[in-house]
Amino acid sequence: MGSKYAVELRNVVKQFITPEGGEIAAVDHVTMQIRNGEFFSMLGSSGCGKTTSLRMIAGFEWPTEGEVYIDGEPQGHKPPFLRPVNTVFQSYALFQHMTVQENVAFGLEMERVEKAEIERRVGEALEMVKLSGMQRRRPKQLSGGQQQRVALARALVKRPKVLLLDEPLGALDLKLRKEMQLELKSLQQEVGITFIYVTHDQEEALTMSDRIAVMSHGKVLQIGPSVEIYERPTSRFVADFIGESNFLDGRVKSVKGDQAIVNVPAWGEELTGIVTSKVRAGDEVAVSIRPEKIRLAEKQGIKENSLQGVVVNSTYIGSDTHVYLDVRGQRIKVWEQNRISTLDPRAYYRNGQKVWVMLLPENTLVLPKD
Amino acid sequence: MNPHRRSPFILIATILVYFFLYAPIFVLVIYSFNSSRANVQFDGFISSYGDLQIVNGDVTQSPCGPFHWFCELSKNREVINAAKNTLTIAFTATIISTIVGTMAALALQRYDFKLKAFSQVSLYIPIVIPEIVMGIGILTLFSQLFSLLNNWLNLAGDARMTMGLFTVILSHIAFMIPFVTLVVQARLQGFDKSYEEAAMDLGANEWTTFQRVTFPMILPGVLSGALLAFTLSLDDFVITFFTNGPGSTTLPIYVYGLLRRIITPQVNALSTVWISIVFIAVLLLQWIQSREK
Repeated sequence: MGSKYAVELRNVVKQFITPEGGEIAAVDHVTMQIRNGEFFSMLGSSGCGKTTSLRMIAGFEWPTEGEVYIDGEPQGHKPPFLRPVNTVFQSYALFQHMTVQENVAFGLEMERVEKAEIERRVGEALEMVKLSGMQRRRPKQLSGGQQQRVALARALVKRPKVLLLDEPLGALDLKLRKEMQLELKSLQQEVGITFIYVTHDQEEALTMSDRIAVMSHGKVLQIGPSVEIYERPTSRFVADFIGESNFLDGRVKSVKGDQAIVNVPAWGEELTGIVTSKVRAGDEVAVSIRPEKIRLAEKQGIKENSLQGVVVNSTYIGSDTHVYLDVRGQRIKVWEQNRISTLDPRAYYRNGQKVWVMLLPENTLVLPKD
Repeated sequence: MNPHRRSPFILIATILVYFFLYAPIFVLVIYSFNSSRANVQFDGFISSYGDLQIVNGDVTQSPCGPFHWFCELSKNREVINAAKNTLTIAFTATIISTIVGTMAALALQRYDFKLKAFSQVSLYIPIVIPEIVMGIGILTLFSQLFSLLNNWLNLAGDARMTMGLFTVILSHIAFMIPFVTLVVQARLQGFDKSYEEAAMDLGANEWTTFQRVTFPMILPGVLSGALLAFTLSLDDFVITFFTNGPGSTTLPIYVYGLLRRIITPQVNALSTVWISIVFIAVLLLQWIQSREK
């Protein structure tokens, strides 16, 4: 192990020339450290710079500024074929004129590995992705999921330091995608190789990753484990992008430790919440509460952060009921879990029903406005 | 009424198209077995084998039987020479123009450079310009160039540079390159660059990537470009007419010369052989392409 980080991006900038002749920074001063053996995801909507970052690690693009380190070594302008990383492409990019066997063997041939050794390792790799017996097929004779596995085997057979995956499940249908997510995760734990995974699907990132980097407009907004990203977002953007949330505008009255009291003018009330990033008294903030973390009750339970509202709409969706409330002119959504199996309509919220809405301080976040 | 019912018009049109396409070829082939020595009327087939017999200008018996004119053709040194020239020119020019044309297509596909738009447009000019203009142009260029060089180098007699096989090949290459480039470019249009990235990612350098991935993938395009170039060269008359010299007569030029003197069924026999070769080549190509799939 040369370094404690498998991959490190230091202050990396990538500028592209637009067709109009201007310059645009697809990646804007990005710094991140990816640890050895971790499943790391870059998450963001299209154009956020996640794929460009991945391509700079692979060597398909070179940074305009900054440096990419792999296993502690600066990569500079090294071409892809000299880097100890391999990529699984979104389009799979399987060589159509070669069989599955030839596709997987290609990388080893390039390393001039002995024939018998190639044979053995290709067999192993195909077994690992459950494609034994498909050696002689051509990519066109395989299903999308199978092609995906060949692409995976082709990259893993090289035993790279880091495996780069560019939205590899994007082309699969939902059910297969869910299956592959779990399989990829267990495969990663089995081989112990660092995976860097690019996706725009937050659920996918949350399911598989040890840590996630949320990106937007070429910048990294937050890096952390799934739980941290979801439960302690540091900005309104992240709270909004990952999962769902209710947002209320407010102004910080006072900060004490990791708690802040915020004045919400729309309600004429003061709410207490957790501070996740630097916020000072007087700052304009967004108060964020996840819909599944709001409690509803017939009677007022607590004094703090407790308000009365009216049910505007209630939608039964099986596991949950989505309740939309009017709380002093603000629309608030609440996900209520259906814990009891019953057909009794009184067990569910009805339109026009008056309820108490409890926003517990530990479930309330005070986030800086973007 | 069934909207998908075929209109009789389609059938008639089909028959007419096939008739006008193939009737001349059919007649031409039939006439190559003609017993008449003049190629204007059909006097029946030569039916018997034996010593050559000519009655009223009709060949009634020949050692080769119905294939009399093919035998005569095989004894004709001029034809053999012309065929050799034609094939030499076509093969050489095809190989060179395919290599250069493919390289040009690749460069236009993946690099941005100054005058790129101009380079692209300049490919169309040799295609749309009348062949005769290009022929005269090339003729003028070569004759001026040669007279300059001959004077400058003091060449005289046989040492003088003149038109010949070399000039024909050169001009064929020149007019074939745009065709190859355009055909290969069309093939490259849908070429996903991630195939090449994948190869490089797996450890192949640029040259290996080209050899093992890019080239095999664009091969069908390169082959059809080469085939187009080859057929263009085989039957080119105009440009060859302006650029050939002593000893570089090609088949189209030879046939044209023959027609001006006397039309014998030898010409038909030659055409029949020609058509058969082309026909077999096309079948072969179809077979290869169907196997690919």
